[in-house]
Formats: sequence, C-alpha cells, structure tokens
Amino acid sequence: MTETSTSRKPIKASEIDPKFKYELSRMPGGEKLLRCFQCGTCTSDCPVARFSDAYRPRRIIRMAQLGLKERVLNSETLWLCAACFTCTDRCPQGVEVASVIRVLRNLAAEKGIVPQVFKDQAACILDSGYAYKIPELRIKKRVTLGLPPLPTSNPESICKALKGVKFIETTGKEGEKSEQ
Amino acid sequence: MSSKYLIFLGCAIPYRVASYEISARKVLAKLGVELVEMPEFNCCGLPLDPVSHETMLILAARNLALAEQTGLNILTLCPGCAGTLKKVNKILKEDKALREQINGHLKESGLEFKGTVETKHIVQVLTEDVGLEKIKEAVVNPLTMLKVAEHVGCHLLRPRDIIGFDEPEDPQTLKKLIEATGATCLDYVDETECCGAPSVGVSDKVALQLARDKFNHVKAVEAQALITICPFCHIMFDTNELRIERMFSETYGIPVLHYPQLLGLAMGMTPEELAFNELRVDTSKMLQVLKGVN
Ligand code: SF4
Ligand code: SF4
Repeated sequence: MTETSTSRKPIKASEIDPKFKYELSRMPGGEKLLRCFQCGTCTSDCPVARFSDAYRPRRIIRMAQLGLKERVLNSETLWLCAACFTCTDRCPQGVEVASVIRVLRNLAAEKGIVPQVFKDQAACILDSGYAYKIPELRIKKRVTLGLPPLPTSNPESICKALKGVKFIETTGKEGEKSEQ
Repeated sequence: MSSKYLIFLGCAIPYRVASYEISARKVLAKLGVELVEMPEFNCCGLPLDPVSHETMLILAARNLALAEQTGLNILTLCPGCAGTLKKVNKILKEDKALREQINGHLKESGLEFKGTVETKHIVQVLTEDVGLEKIKEAVVNPLTMLKVAEHVGCHLLRPRDIIGFDEPEDPQTLKKLIEATGATCLDYVDETECCGAPSVGVSDKVALQLARDKFNHVKAVEAQALITICPFCHIMFDTNELRIERMFSETYGIPVLHYPQLLGLAMGMTPEELAFNELRVDTSKMLQVLKGVN
C-alpha cells in the first residue's frame, strides 16, 4: 500500500489517541502544534513535497492534531523531511513545523522505528566520536596535505555522557560501524 | 584586529571534504585569524537530532563544555555544526532545568556547560571579524572575469529565531563576500532552497531531484561556478553532478567551489595550494576564463 493511501484511509474512532496532541505540545519544539490552522504554507513551500508524491508536512501536522498516533509514527514519509526549516520560518501561526516532525521522529525512534543510517551514525559516534568511520588512509593523508592531526575523541567519556538516554540504550547500539 | 578561534571541523570535512579545510585554513591564516585545534572532539550531535533530541543536546553541550575550558570561541566550517552549537548554547543558557539535566550527563566526565563561549561559522567570522574592507585589501588578483552563483544552504540562516544571522529570505552576506573577490554574483531562482543532502539515504531520488533543480536554475543564469560554504552541500553538488547529468540527460559542467577556494584565488594563491585537485567537477574551463582565455 502506498503512503498516500495509508494516510488517506478513513479514520476509525478506535485509532484516535485524544491526548496525543497534548503529549506533543509538552515536548520541546511541539509547543505550538495546536495553533496550526491548516493553511498549507508549509506544504507549498516544502522542497521535498515538490518532488515527493507522498510527503506533505501539513498532513503530518494534521494527523498529529487528530491523534492518529500509530499511523503518523509508522509513516515512512516522516523520514523524508530534510530539516531545511523553511516551513518553520514561514508558518503564519508560528508552528515550528520542522521541530514537530523531529518530535514525532524521536517518538518513532523510541519505538524502534529508525532508518538504518541513523543507527549506523549512532554506533560510529559511540565508537569513535565521529559520525562516520574515517578511513585510516584519510587520517594518514592529512600529513601529506599539510593538515594538523585530527582532534582525538574520548569514546569512553562519550558513552558515559549518553548513559540513560533511551534511544542510545535501545536502538543506538544496533548500528554498523563499517565504512559507509 | 587579530582574532583567535578554536576550529571545530565536524565529521563530514575530515571524512571527505579536505579541499574545504585546506583552503579555509590557508585563507584564514593569511587574513590574520589564528586557529587552535579542539582539545578533544565529538560529533556536534545534529545527525542524531532526528532520532534523539536529548542525544543531540548532550553531544553539543559536551563540545561547548570542552571549548569553555580553553576560553576560546568556536569557528566552524560546517553550518550544521555552527547552527547546532549556537542553538544548544542558547537553549541551555535560557532553560535552567534542562541545563542541570544535561550537566548531570556530563558530570561523570568532569565536564560542565556554563554557556561562556560563542560559535561562529567562517562566513560570519569573515564578515564580522575580518570585515569586507580587509578582505578587499587582501585581493591581489581580482576575479573580474568570473560570473558565479552562490548556494548559502539552510543552516547558516534557518531557523531565523535561533540563528539570527543575515536575512534568511534574501541573504546578502555570502554575495558580498563573493563580490569582494571581484567576481560577479548572479541572482537565480530559489537561491535559498535546500541542496537535498539530508534526504540522501532516505530517498536518493528526492535528494538528486532537489540538486538537479538547483543546477538547472544556476545554469539558466550561465554561472561559471557554484560557490558553497557547507561540506554537505558541496558533496551533494560536486560529487553528484556527473551522476545527475547522466540520470536526467542534462549537461551542466559547473565547477563547485568552496568559498575559501574562490577567495584564495583572488588572494593570489594557486589552484594547487587551494586543493582544486580534490574536486570532482573539472575546473579547467573556469580557470581558463580567469586567465582571460576563451
Ligand atoms: S504553515 Fe503552519 S498553520 Fe499553515 S498548515 Fe503548516 S503548520 Fe499549519
Ligand atoms: S523542514 Fe522538512 S517539512 Fe519543512 S520545508 Fe523543509 S523539508 Fe519540508
């Protein structure tokens, strides 16, 4: 089933979580969710929406307001946002659209719904401090290029700092540290 | 005025954009900006914000706390790092409860965020610290033959309320920096639009179409080069240009330069010194134009 048809499926009362919008409104970035009056500025100015048939930020905001929690958190399109913040800057109601989407992604991630690329980056950061596995060759080449050595990182201290963070404790350790 | 900064390289630059680092270091040194290496580093946190805001806050605060121990402000080459460090600095300074929570995570490593350092992107340092006048004075080889387009990208400007730099809807800072080299900076359609890089890995199709759109607009005004100030935008354009040309049967042939490479040329440095050889797209035609050969 395509994304478009998923989000256009008739709404059943049983799938509505009436408190979801309040839960989101209490999270940093989600505060102004209720102000959205569905004008469509976000969607019409969204560069991703221009090239995707399925991705519509206004629709994501509406699903969140309606309390379609499972549907929106399981929606693949949630991960298409490029976080360019055009919508946040232009929303006439001051909804931080990009941040609402980030809040929704964070909630999806807590349920284990995480595209692989994020798992890999998390694993790399825990292992090396850097988001990518920097090839040995690159590190050595810095000398020939006349660049100073890369600052070292302290993975042990990084892991300590991230202890107790839900995402890190669950999905964050599932990534591949291989070179991408 | 001499200025001294901690240089925050981020992850993308050491991973695959050496040309940006090489050219930036050379240009900054010549303009009297002294760079000190970070005593210790971790990713700024931005890549993990989509999946865990808390992780992002901790990673950014950790870097800020490390910088605070040196007493130096931070200079970044990546607008993503700059935006993240600025944003977290602001949030944690304003929100005491959150600051305490995040500091709780840092405590075991003997670190504490206090909010005493500022972060600036290189464009901001060049404009505010060095200044356009001094840059113009340093230009010995004005690039008057060259017409270029700029791509300032998203994170140097947006979200407006957090970043508070330039005018996000019609930014002028990079244009002025480009014009200081003697080159003409052309206006084109949708200048402030995203390059597509953040969608890579989630939907390559969307990402490449966004970049293609940019190239089409830049080509329409006959720009001889595209100037970037972000490692991700640069990868998106320079690394993918040939692929986009093939995929959509287009021809662009537009070199993609880091702003410090353009400025470096104007300051009399050679393409070799500025690591032009690290670029994917052929720059020879553009360099010919500069020599006055057609
Ligand atoms: S621009 Fe703001 S008010 Fe309009 S639909 Fe989008 S979120 Fe709602
Ligand atoms: S931040 Fe996301 S939803 Fe908003 S305009 Fe950019 S890509 Fe679209």
